[in-house]
Amino acid sequence: MVRRNLTAYGFLCAALFCFTVFAWYPMVREFILSFQKTDLINPPTWVGLDNFKAAVQDPAFGEAWLNTVEFTVLALLCGYAVPFVVALVLNELRHARAYLRFVVYLPVMLPPIVAVLLFQWFYDPGPGLFNQILGFFHLPPLAWLDSSSTALISLVLVSTWMNMGSATLIYLAALQNIPPELYEAAELDGAGILKRVRHVTIPQTRLILLLMLMLQIVATMQVFIEPYMLTGGGPENATVSVAYLMYQFAFSQMNYGQAGALGMLLMLALLVFAAVQLRTTREDKP
Amino acid sequence: MIAIGADVAARRRRKRAPKPIHVQFRTIVSPHQLNSRWGRRIYWLVLVAVVVLFTLAFVFPLYWMITGAMKTPEEIAEMPPTLFPEDPAFGNFFEAWELFDIGTLLANTAYYSLGAWLFCMAVDVTAAYALSKLRPMFGNVILGAMLATLMIPPMVILIPLYVTIVDLGLLNNPWGLWFPAAANGFNIFLLKRFFDSIPRELIEAAQIDGAGPLRVLWSVVLPVSRPILGVVSIFTIVTAFKDFVLPLLVMTDSEKMTISVGLSQTAGAVTQNQVMGGLVIAGIPMIIVFFVFQRHIMAGLTAGSIKG
Repeated sequence: MVRRNLTAYGFLCAALFCFTVFAWYPMVREFILSFQKTDLINPPTWVGLDNFKAAVQDPAFGEAWLNTVEFTVLALLCGYAVPFVVALVLNELRHARAYLRFVVYLPVMLPPIVAVLLFQWFYDPGPGLFNQILGFFHLPPLAWLDSSSTALISLVLVSTWMNMGSATLIYLAALQNIPPELYEAAELDGAGILKRVRHVTIPQTRLILLLMLMLQIVATMQVFIEPYMLTGGGPENATVSVAYLMYQFAFSQMNYGQAGALGMLLMLALLVFAAVQLRTTREDKP
Repeated sequence: MIAIGADVAARRRRKRAPKPIHVQFRTIVSPHQLNSRWGRRIYWLVLVAVVVLFTLAFVFPLYWMITGAMKTPEEIAEMPPTLFPEDPAFGNFFEAWELFDIGTLLANTAYYSLGAWLFCMAVDVTAAYALSKLRPMFGNVILGAMLATLMIPPMVILIPLYVTIVDLGLLNNPWGLWFPAAANGFNIFLLKRFFDSIPRELIEAAQIDGAGPLRVLWSVVLPVSRPILGVVSIFTIVTAFKDFVLPLLVMTDSEKMTISVGLSQTAGAVTQNQVMGGLVIAGIPMIIVFFVFQRHIMAGLTAGSIKG
């Protein structure tokens, strides 16, 4: 008994080390950090709630949360609803399936930096591809990243382009697991195509839909690379996200405690969704 | 005469009766509806529309990137852009290679990715094996605590993780990327679930033959777990290759940067066609991986989606 436990922990020790130092401890460290003032050079001092106060009073704080929520809502419209519709259509097609699946997943394989820099060029107000296309249809050019009214949606577009492949394929797998008898039964009951979607497809994929909703909310709330590379939070803080603000607190202002405090706030906000996700996953078990 | 002609025309029409669309899985649209006259027309219309739209949305940007890299700086800035480069110059790729020092960047990225893979597999496989087959005391608590890390969004603990890495003196050290990569609850979960499904008899037979736990892992468990090992391997390598934020913070030395970070640092300082050249070169390795391991990647996505 003792020997078996010893061998088992022998096998586990490497993982326990990695998790303790690089996953569990940083979670505790976040908490400690948010009550300390530190620049990693001088010894840290305890400052109570000052970091939280400073973070909340930062001029970009409110804007960052609003932008993040707005980004998440827009990204859900594009990145959550659209892939489901795309998957529904793909599941009906009998030809070119392998090609379509391959192509939609292609951008997911690209390193995010490639997608982001590529779209930066497309957004270029002068010779950029998007304005050229608009011009082709005799539409006025847009300022894309340079205007506070279009910058956020431009970020959502890149983000959707590079991420929708995985959502589409996950939905597709879920759709293929629906027993065909259900559709036959619905048809015999006289249900039209829209009714079949409503009464068979959506209830049958409900768990995956809910799970993906939570995963996507958590993922998009952390948006960082798009504002970091494309806009630097501008114009006029129109694209500052919470994660980007956190990065700035830490690496522009060298105020790791304040960044930790903001991280804590973000974690608290996301914990709600994570809890729902956990419940959903549990329900999934037989 | 006319009657005969009509007869021929009728026969011809019958001959041209369209081939029914083959239905493999019963889906929302029933085979009957699909093969009705309008069903077929709408089907082909939708199919063509989807193929064209997907090609425009997902392939054309890549085409634009590759041809952009082959244009001259003047041509790339031209106002109505050219669809094909007037004088495709492959030399631009070499120029970009030199400017970004892509050789070093790619070598670094490959080194970090392969190292992350080796270390991750060694750590996660042994942990999953211990949790699944050796079943130590508090095993479920440990597994639960590992899975709980999946709930913590990576951006949220980025700062304390960075601070920890600084404290340990792992800045500009590959271990600063490898250790965090191995703390992957999802890998352990996937591996453990697969190991759980290996029949007990197989392992007992090996034990009766006198095999110790390590021998059982190496000669029994690993050979039968090839599919899941493949999936976890590919995902680990792809994730490590694509990672941006952690390498941005940890690998700050320009000699040690990854390709993503390197491109992001230099992109502002070179011409557009050179940036595109760099992007093409950075994109190629993962596209090749995708071509080769398509099946595994698709399988892994599904395995990931049905967590249970």
